[in-house]
Amino acid sequence: MNDQRPLVILIFIFLVGAVLLTKLFTIQVLDDSFMKKAERNAIQRVVDHPYRGLVYDRNGKLLVYNNPIFDLMIVPKEFEVRDTTRFLELFKISKETLIESYTAARKYSWVKPSTFIKQISTEDFARIQDFLIDYPGLFIMTRSIRSYPSPIASHAMGYIGEISGRQLERDSSHYYVQGDYVGLSGLENYYEKDLRGTKGVKYKMVNVRGIDKGPFKDGEYDTASVAGNNITSTIDMELQKYGEFLMQGKTGSVVAIEPKTGEILAMISAPFYDPNSLTGAEFSKNYRVLNSDISKPLFNRPIMATYPPGSIFKIVQSLIGLQDGILLPSTTFACNKSLVACHNHPSPVDLFGAIRNSCNPYYHQAFRQIINREVSSNTFTDTKIGLTDWREKVAKFGLGSTLGIDMRGEKGGSIPSGAYYDKVYGEGRWKYSTIYSLSIGQGEMQVTPLQMANLAAIFANKGYYYTPHLVKSINGDKSLIPQEYLVKNEVGIDAKHFDLIQEAMAAALYGTANRAVMKDLVIAGKTGTAQNPHGEDHSVFIAFAPKDDPKIAIAVYVENAGWGGRAAASTASLMIEKYIQGEVKRLDLQDYVLAGNFIY
Amino acid sequence: MRGEADININRVDWATVIIYFSLVMVGWFNIYAAVYDGQAEKSIFDFAINSGKQLVWIGTAIGIIIVIMAADHRLFENLAIPIYLIFIVLLLLTPFLGKEVNGQVLSIGFGSVRIQAGEFAKFATALALAKVMERPTFDLSKSNYQLQAFGVLLLPVALIILQPDTGTAMVYFSLLLMFYREGLPQHYFILGFGMIALTLLALGIDNNIYLVIGISIITIILIFLGKRTPQRIIAFSLIGIGLIVYTYSLDFVISKLPEHQQNRIMVLFDPNIDPLGVGWNVTQSKIAIGSGGLAGKGYLQGTQTKFDFVPEQHTDFIFCTLGEEFGWLGSLVVISLFVGLLYRLVIMAERQKNRFSRIYGYSVISILLFHFMINIAMTIGLFPVVGIPLPFFSYGGSSLWSFTMLLFIFIKMDSSRALQLGRLG
Repeated sequence: MNDQRPLVILIFIFLVGAVLLTKLFTIQVLDDSFMKKAERNAIQRVVDHPYRGLVYDRNGKLLVYNNPIFDLMIVPKEFEVRDTTRFLELFKISKETLIESYTAARKYSWVKPSTFIKQISTEDFARIQDFLIDYPGLFIMTRSIRSYPSPIASHAMGYIGEISGRQLERDSSHYYVQGDYVGLSGLENYYEKDLRGTKGVKYKMVNVRGIDKGPFKDGEYDTASVAGNNITSTIDMELQKYGEFLMQGKTGSVVAIEPKTGEILAMISAPFYDPNSLTGAEFSKNYRVLNSDISKPLFNRPIMATYPPGSIFKIVQSLIGLQDGILLPSTTFACNKSLVACHNHPSPVDLFGAIRNSCNPYYHQAFRQIINREVSSNTFTDTKIGLTDWREKVAKFGLGSTLGIDMRGEKGGSIPSGAYYDKVYGEGRWKYSTIYSLSIGQGEMQVTPLQMANLAAIFANKGYYYTPHLVKSINGDKSLIPQEYLVKNEVGIDAKHFDLIQEAMAAALYGTANRAVMKDLVIAGKTGTAQNPHGEDHSVFIAFAPKDDPKIAIAVYVENAGWGGRAAASTASLMIEKYIQGEVKRLDLQDYVLAGNFIY
Repeated sequence: MRGEADININRVDWATVIIYFSLVMVGWFNIYAAVYDGQAEKSIFDFAINSGKQLVWIGTAIGIIIVIMAADHRLFENLAIPIYLIFIVLLLLTPFLGKEVNGQVLSIGFGSVRIQAGEFAKFATALALAKVMERPTFDLSKSNYQLQAFGVLLLPVALIILQPDTGTAMVYFSLLLMFYREGLPQHYFILGFGMIALTLLALGIDNNIYLVIGISIITIILIFLGKRTPQRIIAFSLIGIGLIVYTYSLDFVISKLPEHQQNRIMVLFDPNIDPLGVGWNVTQSKIAIGSGGLAGKGYLQGTQTKFDFVPEQHTDFIFCTLGEEFGWLGSLVVISLFVGLLYRLVIMAERQKNRFSRIYGYSVISILLFHFMINIAMTIGLFPVVGIPLPFFSYGGSSLWSFTMLLFIFIKMDSSRALQLGRLG
């Protein structure tokens, strides 16, 4: 009677097998979403952060390095202490701190590590290292922060910090992630791609509690991180240090350039800050303090501050006049104080005398000839044509636009154009008498200390310059630096015209800057005074030395220090002595600069 | 006369034995894979880990096999009722002598030697049912005999539910398949499956009104199809109304269940109800199996089972390890082994000369089929999570021993079928 029932049972058994296999086929073979979910479950992508490149000075001395800092980590599940007193002594913490930190760690996770004591010093680390084995559940995690053996050149080196949301958006290569550190200023910023290296990725397997279970597929897909390139800066550490020593307590800039290469030997922005304050855990706190300081220590004056060039610009005027044939060495003008004020000196003067005595009326008259060449009978039009022509020549000296230093935030200053005066006075309503103050570097003209140092280099080189830059080589390879720094820029003035200029600059020291004179080293220099409507004038001096084989060109700005022949010329002279002779013997001059009483 | 004739090697069904050992070995390798830790590599034989322990259970299971094969073939028939009674007593004692784990008292014993009476009571119940039902006059189409059979079946079920171990209790209902073979009228099954279908529909469909309309239409059609006697019309109408009441009461009953059981049922319809809670098991289990692909990730290469994403991975969810590391092809092999074993057992059961052996054989088939079907179905989300092991595969001594005894008692019966008296009813 039940003959068909065994068959029904058999069919049912096969049916069960078929249903299970069909369902398994759908989830295992047809649907691949489970594979992705499994990966998300168990495979964790861990970024292996590369070692950031180091920065050396031009002589191979370390300027920026990575300093390991140690965090003591705790895994509450494994943590065990038998002798609490000894433990507290060893780690130099109070019982309350222990309980507090432990509770916080427990709250975070029972099995995952969290920070127990932050940033243990290297000394403490050395002390506790050997005892760690007695305390299961504690281990050291090493991180690194930027450190500076000497707290100098903070503006040039720059600092690194956590990447901002805006920077992340702009990062089209998607290299960075939230929390990454990037160079925010100075070399750290400009050479970020060289310094940062390449991140590595490790795929590790984790279990359901997130605990590391070793590399995925024995590290088949892992990539190792590549350390960043080391950079050799053009900075001379000793010179930089000495410059900061001289500039302490002052506001201003010092830029020293090696004329033949455009390499910046020293770049000082005073007041400065300790670069070590913008690293590690204290970054944001210290940054806030520095950022709100009214003396603006974060402001990078050598490339961001602009001043009228003052008398120093007379050299540029002389060179343009010589090149155009408007001035000859023998051209004389009377020191006519009714045109523009001047100090007492013999009159009339030739070009040499004009530079040496910084004669204002001479340049008032010479500049008129440069501008008004009677190409148009309309004096207004003639002035505009002359100004435009002249402005092009000035631009060749690297003025009026950024030079292109390897730093972000460089200002270009300004050399006024015809369009500018049209806007201010109306078209056809201005002529030479409107713009004559340009003749002596005053008026609507603005230059940066960097551009001034570059001018000194041009005078030293007799007509060319290399764009000033801060990097000498990358990973020891000179050819890796940006190519534009290897291009010679001609300023369009024949070399022969510089001989007289150099002689006049050397002689000028005896008149306007006696303090800068050195017995055994010929310095060519020119004082300037940048008029300051808000207070005492700024003391300015540019120089190069030795005159016949220039090794250093320098521009010094000391704000509110009055006449250029005192503060700036003295500082520049000491810097030259330091760089050329290795040590400073004129201690009285050094004391004079350090004392800082330049107004008398 | 006994003894030498009883151990007849040639009459042992070797195909079944080979399938048994294949499953046990594959299971053992999978248990090792489930506990394998690449960072702290231990030998598969290491007694500190589950695979080492399972090896002990396998060894002792072989001992059990030898004892069973060497025993008198009438032993189990003669002792069926006493064995059954002993286990009933053990089940009664379990709540008092046992050790509480997760609110359940499942095992009794001393120290590390513990047995789960519920597991072993399966073969005892099968033997008792065979003994009760083998009588020539026994007829499952008659209600007094039905009562006897259900009585023997429900006594251990009631005791196990008290422990409480609903999963194991459910297994006993698989013996209805044996009842079916032995002539329990079809309408019981039609009603049973109908109820199950109705239950699933009631739970799966939000608005019960569709079910009420459906039940009404079917009832009316059934009334008009047969003789329209008042008696029949009333009977059908009452059944229809009863079903509608059942539909509506279901939500109420479910809400009265303990929360973990409620969730287990509801998760079947929507695993996302509680992805980190009850849904976790099913979701993670499906991820583990689903990530295996066609050929799997390779032995010991699984990440999901190895890193504890799947709970109970070496016991109830052992199939995940297989699915992840050997893929669909591995699943095919193991499911084929189980289907092959069950097929073999049906053939064997049908060739028995007496009713006792056949009933016992079908009990074995019923229990193994239920475990196999429900265990794998739950790992792939076709059935609510029920804590029952995969026969011969899952880690655990009680489970392996009880399935081994269950199976080999039948193999023993089959091997000595020539000695049996033809007593087919």
